Amino acid sequence: MREEIITSGRLNPNIDPFLQIWHWHIPLYLFLGGLAAGIMFFASLYTVLGKENKYRGAVRRAPVVVPFLLIIGLTALFFDLKHKLYFWQLYTTIRIQSPMSWGAWTLMAITPLSMVWVAIHIREFFPKWDWKFDILNEVEAFFIKYKKPLAWVILYFSVILGIYTGILFSAFNARPLWNTSILGPLFLTSGLSAGSAVIIMFSQRQKERINFAKIDIMLIGIELFLIIHMFMGFLASTEVQIEAANMFLGGQYTAPFWIFVVIIGMILPAILEFLELRKFHIPVIIPVILVLFGSLMLRFIFAYAGQMSRWLY
Amino acid sequence: MFAENYQISMSNSRRDFIKITSLSAAGLAISGKYLYSAHASQSAQQTLTESAAAEMVRTSTYCEVCFWKCAGWVYKNEDGNIKKIIGNDDDTNCNGRLCPRGTGGVGMYYDEDRLKTPLLRVTGEDGKQTYKEVSWDEALDFVAKKLQQIKAEHGPECTALFTHGSGGHYWGNLLKAFGSTNIAAPSYAQCRGPREVAFLATFGESLDSPEPTDIRDTRCLVLIGSHIGENMHNGQVQEMSDAIDKGAAIITVDPRYSTAASKSKFWLPIKPATDIALLLAWIREIINNNWYDREYVEKYTYGFEELKAYIQPFTAEWAYGITTIKPDQIKESAREMADAAPAVIIHPGRHVTWYGDDTQRLRAVAILNALLGSWGRRGGYYKPEKLDVPEYPHPPFPPVTRNWRMAMGGKYALADLALANGVCDATIPSPELDCNIRGWIVNGTNLVMTLPDKKKTIDAINNLELLVVVDTMPMEITGYADVVLPECTYLERWDDIRVVHGRVPNIALRMPAAEPKYNSKPAYWMAKELSKKMGLEAYFAWEKFEDMLEWQLKEVGSSLEEMKRIGVKNYPRTADDLYFTPGEEIEFSTNTGKIELMSTAFQGEGFDPFPVYTPHMEPPAGFYYLNYGRAPMHTFSRTANNPYLTDLMDENKVWVNPKIAKEWGLKNDQLVYLENQDGIISDFMVKVRVTERVRFDSVYIVHGFGHSDKKLSRAFGKGVSDSQLITRVLVDPIMGGTGMRGNFVTFRFDKESEVKS
Amino acid sequence: MRYAMAIDTKKCVGCSDCVVACQTENNVPIGYCRDWIVEVTDGTYPQLEIELRSERCNHCDNSPCVRCCPTGASHYEAGGIVVVTHHECIGCGACITSCPYDARYSHPEGYVDKCTFCLHRVKKGQQPACVAVCPTKCMYFGDLDDPNSEVSVIMKKRKHKTLIPEAGTKPQVYYLI
Repeated sequence: MREEIITSGRLNPNIDPFLQIWHWHIPLYLFLGGLAAGIMFFASLYTVLGKENKYRGAVRRAPVVVPFLLIIGLTALFFDLKHKLYFWQLYTTIRIQSPMSWGAWTLMAITPLSMVWVAIHIREFFPKWDWKFDILNEVEAFFIKYKKPLAWVILYFSVILGIYTGILFSAFNARPLWNTSILGPLFLTSGLSAGSAVIIMFSQRQKERINFAKIDIMLIGIELFLIIHMFMGFLASTEVQIEAANMFLGGQYTAPFWIFVVIIGMILPAILEFLELRKFHIPVIIPVILVLFGSLMLRFIFAYAGQMSRWLY
Repeated sequence: MFAENYQISMSNSRRDFIKITSLSAAGLAISGKYLYSAHASQSAQQTLTESAAAEMVRTSTYCEVCFWKCAGWVYKNEDGNIKKIIGNDDDTNCNGRLCPRGTGGVGMYYDEDRLKTPLLRVTGEDGKQTYKEVSWDEALDFVAKKLQQIKAEHGPECTALFTHGSGGHYWGNLLKAFGSTNIAAPSYAQCRGPREVAFLATFGESLDSPEPTDIRDTRCLVLIGSHIGENMHNGQVQEMSDAIDKGAAIITVDPRYSTAASKSKFWLPIKPATDIALLLAWIREIINNNWYDREYVEKYTYGFEELKAYIQPFTAEWAYGITTIKPDQIKESAREMADAAPAVIIHPGRHVTWYGDDTQRLRAVAILNALLGSWGRRGGYYKPEKLDVPEYPHPPFPPVTRNWRMAMGGKYALADLALANGVCDATIPSPELDCNIRGWIVNGTNLVMTLPDKKKTIDAINNLELLVVVDTMPMEITGYADVVLPECTYLERWDDIRVVHGRVPNIALRMPAAEPKYNSKPAYWMAKELSKKMGLEAYFAWEKFEDMLEWQLKEVGSSLEEMKRIGVKNYPRTADDLYFTPGEEIEFSTNTGKIELMSTAFQGEGFDPFPVYTPHMEPPAGFYYLNYGRAPMHTFSRTANNPYLTDLMDENKVWVNPKIAKEWGLKNDQLVYLENQDGIISDFMVKVRVTERVRFDSVYIVHGFGHSDKKLSRAFGKGVSDSQLITRVLVDPIMGGTGMRGNFVTFRFDKESEVKS
Repeated sequence: MRYAMAIDTKKCVGCSDCVVACQTENNVPIGYCRDWIVEVTDGTYPQLEIELRSERCNHCDNSPCVRCCPTGASHYEAGGIVVVTHHECIGCGACITSCPYDARYSHPEGYVDKCTFCLHRVKKGQQPACVAVCPTKCMYFGDLDDPNSEVSVIMKKRKHKTLIPEAGTKPQVYYLI
């Protein structure tokens, strides 16, 4: 029998017996960030493609929630900090190798940009909106004039944000479960899927909805593909990663992951969306909620399980 | 003098165990956070600044966390709070390196559960006994009055002192001045007594502490049930490490794979209780193969031929059947010792009261050392030297006509020190005694846990007219006291000059690093104050304790000023050499003047002159030998509440071999009760540790846990107490030591069902 | 200059003195520790082996914690000692997560804390507190770039290993085996 124990009574809070330094804040923040990235991706994409009018839900309506998502996410992140009064230190330096630094600066960029985006589309919701001050009207006019370049910038940042939500985890080689480059694309895809679900909710045109349902089904397909290949990769990798994968393949996270994330959060909404395409009448809100739920659970489960996966002891 | 609604609880009334909880409110309120906040004032950022350490002042001390008494320096931070204790480089006991308990000694000072003020047992109007906080004057008045009363009614010999630690000297002097010599330390009959008697019988010298084992230069170290490294006998641990560096072979005999075993060339996983068989087989191998030191044996020893004749039946094959150690292993390990001789140490161990035949087992150890010529040789046992520091002048002690031995019926004449259990026995009235002991002073030892057979101890306590407990912490014994005298910790007091023997004679100074916390006082102060109240002040003639130290230090060519500066002073040896010189004529202090392989002293008292192997009881089915031992971060139960040390280890676990665990379906960290063969169930549950390190016929627990006093906020209910499960006491007929390995335990999952059935 | 520590697993008895000495030296709050003891038992009774290791921050040459720190609070000091500047730390926990040795913890005051190789002592030419106190003298500390330093000499003499070298962190605490 092999016995490997810490005999000096090490019991550092949140480190022992297994790592639990990140609680609900981080997965929530990653979910909201990914969702925001997904929405802004489609909004900017269809603007760049010049299909703004066909996809009003995506371009003009859905982004209204993005600033709120980001602010809630940032608030969660702030609450996660243990040395809060020093948070401004984040913005005194750019650390190219630090995902946290990337995230902080990306959010610094995309949050105001998303607000601008919402501002220039405010009349979608309030047709008689007036900014009251000339200067504001001029600023609005400026951004409307350069809407396409703005969309390009946002497109760029939304992809970074979407991938970043996965990279934040995958950059840690200390946590074997996270240490896979598939996590970036997976979380990006999950964010896009969640984004398209929200767009379906905001969309007022059946054709746009059907288009996003198709996109969502495709994204879910990609997600499933990525998940399967992620586990294939783990099982073909080192012992610690095999052990990490085993948490999901018979271990304690098996049921929550496969039931909540894969079946309820992916396969079921994909089937419902497919049925909708086949003209079955499905309340639009159901697949939307399921997709959002799945996307949230994916991050929660990965956040907690990842912290439990380790090299030693 | 006392409030009217209190009646002081008087003699012979059965003592209720008092939990001091009502007094603990103030202490509890600041518990937990306290220690941290003591340090919090300095930002931890300071660790990166250089100024902090440079400004610290240091004061000399020697450690009181165990009996090794390493000398060190107490450092304070700039707020004047005690910060750390570091070993004194000049101290040969520690060489500048304290052990975890010494380093964590700071925790004793900061422990918020400490005894804070004198307490007196009173009976309230409701008949309930409680402790009342009293002034020192009141408390000592009470003690003086009671002692005088005992003296008047029964004679001063009817009082006794149990002691562990430095306060014993002052209490001892007080008691001797009062007229009693019943002064016992559990460290004798419950611990190292048998080996002292065995070595005294063999070499004419006992070992004392620290043992003069020349481990650093040994080529072969044999440990029999001694787990150096888990017992942190500092100097020995250090020297064992040096020996490992120099490539010495270690032979460990232990049913458990101890830490030392893991560093050993030979680990002999012996069946418990069969050590004497192995020792006899070793002796035979060494004699019959002519591996013994012929010249040494011829020149210095007595009884070799008789031993040779006696030992013949004890072949390695014979021992194999008893010990389960293969004959090859016995022979090879004997060869290893012989090859290293005389630089070989068959270590005497320290806590050796196991099976009641312990003096004989240690005799076998001594004989083996003698045959290999290691006594007085480099790498074996060196000749220790001790500085002679005179006592401060006082009148002669009054003559004593009676003592505890009268209760022994002439037994244990070979015991060279008082038996704590003997004093305990002498407390229980019996027809043979014309006077049983009526008053106890218990200084720094948790007698209820330390003495085996807890029931008997409590029985004795219930026959007392006075029980005074002097301690820094509330312990189980405290609850039985009539008077509790809170002693300040060693970091807050002056104490006697430390005089220990060693390779060089040396002295060390202990001085206070801080004022006593709460209303605690040093033991010397209590004894002196009490002497004034009893008309014995002539025995404490010094004005201030420092004056007494100054006088003593002058006598040995030093001064308080010098000692404050250097902490430890080493003196040149007066005897020329650490070891015997070749061909030296030596007169040993035995009856024959020789090293007695055959003991004439034992013969004279009617005991076997050679060690005899007698089979011991074996555990019934489903029961396992209860083996206990030490953990490096604790000293018995006295550290069980130390915040630093409980941080390292706050409970013991019961070690169970995986095969046994499988049989019982036990998992790691599963909670179980232990029950011994007499149906005694542990007070608390203990976690299981499934480990290959323990033999399939025994379980192992670290001693000193399972405290039942709620006042110990960190120690209460953590783990199990082996003392509680030791109900079969195997008394050594030679010197009265109390063997504590007579019990077997089994696992229980439920306590209630047993109570019902 | 490259500070490193070598720890002799053959001499360590796992007494945990290093842990307490660190706590008192560095004001580590009760309940926390910067170093700890690992005991590995291998085999079946009575064929057994034990390895005892005093573990701490490995002061890696390629420290994931320094890399992932968003503010630069975690940084290298001279000699490669990895240190957290408390007033630059925001307590995001990324470095804690990034450490395969779980050597860091969140100090109750908010910042992240860990072993500093007792930088404040090393600067004065003293040994780290754990090394200075060890009763078995099983720890060696010094400059690996100096071929005559205690740590260089012992590492030339003895076989050694590091913990999880496959994590690519290039740890600088070596275990003599």
